Amino acid sequence: MRHVLAVLVDNKPGVLVRVAGLFARRGFNIESLAVGTTVDKTISRMTIEVEADEPTLEQIIKQLYKLINVLKVSNLTNEPSVHRELAMIKVRANSANRAEIQQIFETFRAKVVDVSHQSLIAEVTGNEEKIEAIIMLLSSYGILEIVRTGKISLLRGNKTTRNGEAKEKGQ
Amino acid sequence: MKLNGAQMVIHSLKKEGVDTIFGYPGGAVLSLYDQLYDSDIRHILARHEQGATHAADGYARATGRPGVVFATSGPGATNLVTGITTAYMDSVPMVIFTGQVAISLIGTDAFQEADITGITYPVTKHSYLVKDVNQLPVIIKEAFHIATTGRCGPVLIDLPKDIQAAEGKFDYPAGVNIPGYNPTYHGHPGQIARAAKMIAQAERPVIYSGGGIVFSGADNYLLQLAELTNIPVTTTLMGLTGFPGNHRLSLGMLGMHGNYWSNMAVSEADLIIAVGARFDERVTGNVSRFVEGKKIIHIDIDPAEIGKNIGVDIPIVGDANLVLCELVKKVEPVDTTLWLEQIEEWKQQGPLHYEQDMDGEIAPQFVIEQIYEQTEGKALITTEVGQHQMWTAQYYRFSRPRSLASSGGLGAMGYGFPASLGVQVGRPDELVFCIAGDGSFLMNAQELATAVAYNIPVKVAIINNGYLGMVRQLQELFCRGRYHSVQLEKGPDFAKLAEAYGAVGLRVDKPAEVAPALRRAMETPGPVVIDFRVKADENVFPMVPPSAQINEMIRGTKK
Repeated sequence: MRHVLAVLVDNKPGVLVRVAGLFARRGFNIESLAVGTTVDKTISRMTIEVEADEPTLEQIIKQLYKLINVLKVSNLTNEPSVHRELAMIKVRANSANRAEIQQIFETFRAKVVDVSHQSLIAEVTGNEEKIEAIIMLLSSYGILEIVRTGKISLLRGNKTTRNGEAKEKGQ
Repeated sequence: MKLNGAQMVIHSLKKEGVDTIFGYPGGAVLSLYDQLYDSDIRHILARHEQGATHAADGYARATGRPGVVFATSGPGATNLVTGITTAYMDSVPMVIFTGQVAISLIGTDAFQEADITGITYPVTKHSYLVKDVNQLPVIIKEAFHIATTGRCGPVLIDLPKDIQAAEGKFDYPAGVNIPGYNPTYHGHPGQIARAAKMIAQAERPVIYSGGGIVFSGADNYLLQLAELTNIPVTTTLMGLTGFPGNHRLSLGMLGMHGNYWSNMAVSEADLIIAVGARFDERVTGNVSRFVEGKKIIHIDIDPAEIGKNIGVDIPIVGDANLVLCELVKKVEPVDTTLWLEQIEEWKQQGPLHYEQDMDGEIAPQFVIEQIYEQTEGKALITTEVGQHQMWTAQYYRFSRPRSLASSGGLGAMGYGFPASLGVQVGRPDELVFCIAGDGSFLMNAQELATAVAYNIPVKVAIINNGYLGMVRQLQELFCRGRYHSVQLEKGPDFAKLAEAYGAVGLRVDKPAEVAPALRRAMETPGPVVIDFRVKADENVFPMVPPSAQINEMIRGTKK
């Protein structure tokens, strides 16, 4: 089953390597990973999507907590939360089909961020299903290149993953 | 107070109470050694950086204090990796200082540059690459704290050359503030009460104890728990010294080369109380069959060990000493009379056995038993890795915590001899024996020079069968005797090798000479190497074949 973890870590050099290395050497599968700083610049937030059964997920969380630079791990999978991904899609386009392609963009509320004689770049955000759907539709025109950010997630409401931070270590 | 980085290191080590460093100098740690020149901290110069780490590891296991290592950048640092990994696998506290090229050169493939923090991420509890000299005091304080608390382990500090020379303000912190590190020591009272209840209901309980007993100093409470409840105790290799080997409730070691009766007991048990042990595959054999029909209480300081290899009924995260202290207050005697009788029956059915013809070749097990007798079981023992290690676990009955240092998790050949030097340095008044194989001794034999230079009086017993015996045994059993690359028959004359280094070398060929040679070694001041020429084809039994069920042992034939 797929799980989404929000991981708060020290914003220090090498921390990403420690986390990624942990997944690699223990044979855990990362589906996607997104990293950025938080309001507190000394702390980064990683959103990690993993494919794991329950015992493996428990191990992943416990092993993450063993890293000294990991402050808090929250499992958002079963919490009401908003999941988003951003993709930029470069699609083959010419004067004949450009309008048609732009119609698809509009349906998905994708923005055109680059135009050339032979191509268009669309910027689209949404959940994974939405991104997959637009990719599928555009593929018949010829997709030249895709870049995706990986999932980022936030809990709904005023609850934050920082609640009780660091207190839960080792439990 | 203004100090340079190198001075900060030495001042910090003094504050941490470090009296001994094991190390090897080089270009990137010139400043560190320059500061050692004016310091009263003892530095033991090993002859290879790997030897330095193993010695520091032995020192830590024997004393409970962290081992400290110095090494230079590049090859100096990479030579540490096996030693660091050994310590990591066996949860041994160490703080390692490596030199690094100057910050401006990092990433340029400079001379003797190696990314040692990168290389050791998977095998250190934590590590630091110092980029600001002002952070050094805090980093060292944190390093010692992390290495010696919770589940102990090695911490590495990589010190660029210019950081060692740079000046900064030195103010050694009194404590640490590490938001991401907060080990749990006290077990959950509710869980402890549930465990006591489960123990009271058990009919065939076994305590399975590991290195956590030794490292947390829980041996007294373990003894109390066993005696209060009449529950027998089987231990891992790491846990052997945590419970007296001659006690009526001692079952000795379990697992791949564990005793027949211990493995039978664990197989047939209805409750396993695991303390400071981690259900390693060498212990459980086939995991799914191991757990069948039993309840499991698992006490460990590392939450990630609980549920990692095996599902448990009552998890208790905490320090073994503190948890057992609470648990013994709640338990009541369990009627295990029938159960102990059953175990006694297994003992009669499958005792450890070997034959010693006093006119024939020396049996390796006989040497171990003689070491046990001649030392009255009081020596501090280190082992290398292989058959002799398992025979030591089987035939030397340990009675004191921290009296065995052996590479359990990593199984690193080359560990035992340098480790024995660290053990002896840390416990100068004790008799220290290294039990070695002829293969593994050669992996760090150069440390004879260290032993002689510092007159470290360890006694090395080489169980010399002319083979990489454990691999030979595996090839005999699983490769139809097609021996490949396991013969060491043209090996050196170990007695002469010892003499060449300036140590005393003895050679023993006859069973009757074993005890006199051991006595002579013990009476001889300074380091002694005894080359015991033993039978070549002896196997370690019992043996659980890989991935078999733990009660499916090859027991060997009574010849």
